[in-house]
Amino acid sequence: LVETNTAVAAVFREEAGRLTAWLVRTLGDFGAAEEIVQDALLAALEQWSVDGIPASPQAWLRTVARRRAIDRVRREIRFREKLAELETPLPQEPDNRLELIFLCCHPALPIESQLALTLRAVCGLTTTQIARAFLVPEATVAQRIVRAKRKIAATRIPYRMPRDDELDARLAQVLSVLYLTFNEGYLSAGGNEAARLEVAEDAVWLAELLAKLFPREPEVLGLLALMRLHLARAPARFDAEGQLVLLRDQDRRSWNGALIAEAVACLERAGALRRPGPYQLQAAIAACHAEAPSWAATDWPQILTLYDMLIRRAPSPIARLNRAVALWEVVGPEAALRDVQALASELDGYYLWHAVYAELALAVGQRETARAAELRALELTRNPAEQGLLKRRLAADAC
Amino acid sequence: VKYVLLFCGSDEDAARFAAMTPDQARQAYAKVGQWWQANESKILGGEQLQPVNTATTVRHFWDNGESVVTDGPFIEAKEQIGGFAIIDVSDFDEALRMARSWPAGDVEIRPVVTQRP
Repeated sequence: LVETNTAVAAVFREEAGRLTAWLVRTLGDFGAAEEIVQDALLAALEQWSVDGIPASPQAWLRTVARRRAIDRVRREIRFREKLAELETPLPQEPDNRLELIFLCCHPALPIESQLALTLRAVCGLTTTQIARAFLVPEATVAQRIVRAKRKIAATRIPYRMPRDDELDARLAQVLSVLYLTFNEGYLSAGGNEAARLEVAEDAVWLAELLAKLFPREPEVLGLLALMRLHLARAPARFDAEGQLVLLRDQDRRSWNGALIAEAVACLERAGALRRPGPYQLQAAIAACHAEAPSWAATDWPQILTLYDMLIRRAPSPIARLNRAVALWEVVGPEAALRDVQALASELDGYYLWHAVYAELALAVGQRETARAAELRALELTRNPAEQGLLKRRLAADAC
Repeated sequence: VKYVLLFCGSDEDAARFAAMTPDQARQAYAKVGQWWQANESKILGGEQLQPVNTATTVRHFWDNGESVVTDGPFIEAKEQIGGFAIIDVSDFDEALRMARSWPAGDVEIRPVVTQRP
């Protein structure tokens, strides 16, 4: 069954976006197109789980979708015209999935809806799957989608490529949607493990698709490399008991060397385009870690330089917190502690700030401060794996 | 496609504007004038409104059929609508571009109802 599910997911990924894109163009109605594709996918799920995946799943899905689309346009005035278009076999058309992605990731939509719409319309996920992956009630996801579709229709958000002068900003928006999706699946623990991993894989698949469609956009390649580097190290993130293992303590032999090599090659291709950006820099930092034989033998000065470049381009308190960890390794805990303290007000609600602060306080011998910070970190995370890690650490301090 | 651009500003914006020297105010108006001119072909109409302290609201009480005239705006808020433009553009992204280039504060974009039931 698991194999069938993976196979079905692969078919859906390949077909859903193309089918939606084609229907949006033909019907001129995103909401209707998206619903028809969902219907077809649900019908497929039902029937394929009984009969198995048909010899040509593509033809199967298109036939069902076409039939439903025809039912729908019969009610319309322009139906003859649209009918003719629907009845011609799908030509070897240009890939319109890009327009579809840009529509789903339009900045006029709320970000949660951008994630949900992209997964549904482009990757063919069902509302149930999205809800399971994001740990939110199904009704919430359904409502986000309904509202977003209503806004697309009422506001008439266009279905087309952004203009050249808008492309950079719009592409950055798409990349951030993909990275958020990936993180939701990969980084957050708890909930349905399989559902989340699937969403992370969907995000990687989308990044690969974008890299194919935008071969000369280095940030797309950078994001793809970054995701692959995270995935390559995924098997070491949890121990046999399901406890979170920090990078420092991970068994590096269980990292996926082939995937790391692939990611590094991807990053080199991006570098050759000579337009560095935040994703490439984050991927370069991840590559430093991935290629290091151990925590101690990591090229920390290089990582520090990369963080400086990243912060110059995309200043963020979280990047500065990470930089402080590198500074600790290069210069020492006192300097790092000063930098971390400077971030106190900005990151007070972020559990990792308190966790890092605790480690640094301990390193300079401030045991009481460290303990208070660890307790605060524990208070702030709802993630069971992270809670487990912090609790173990608190227990160790008490000895 | 038609949209209405609502030009918004906070009380602080209004105070800042009031504190401008005549020269600065002239420059600010010149920028707005330039925007209006540059987008002339897409603008169907629009006005700058007098400040919100000039507003009058007529409230209807449907249960007894009365209407009451009150001094003040419909919604008391820190942000106010200082003006509007009705535009007709090729698509929503063009409306976004116009709003982005507006030189005098925030802009709310509202699509208009075209098909009535």
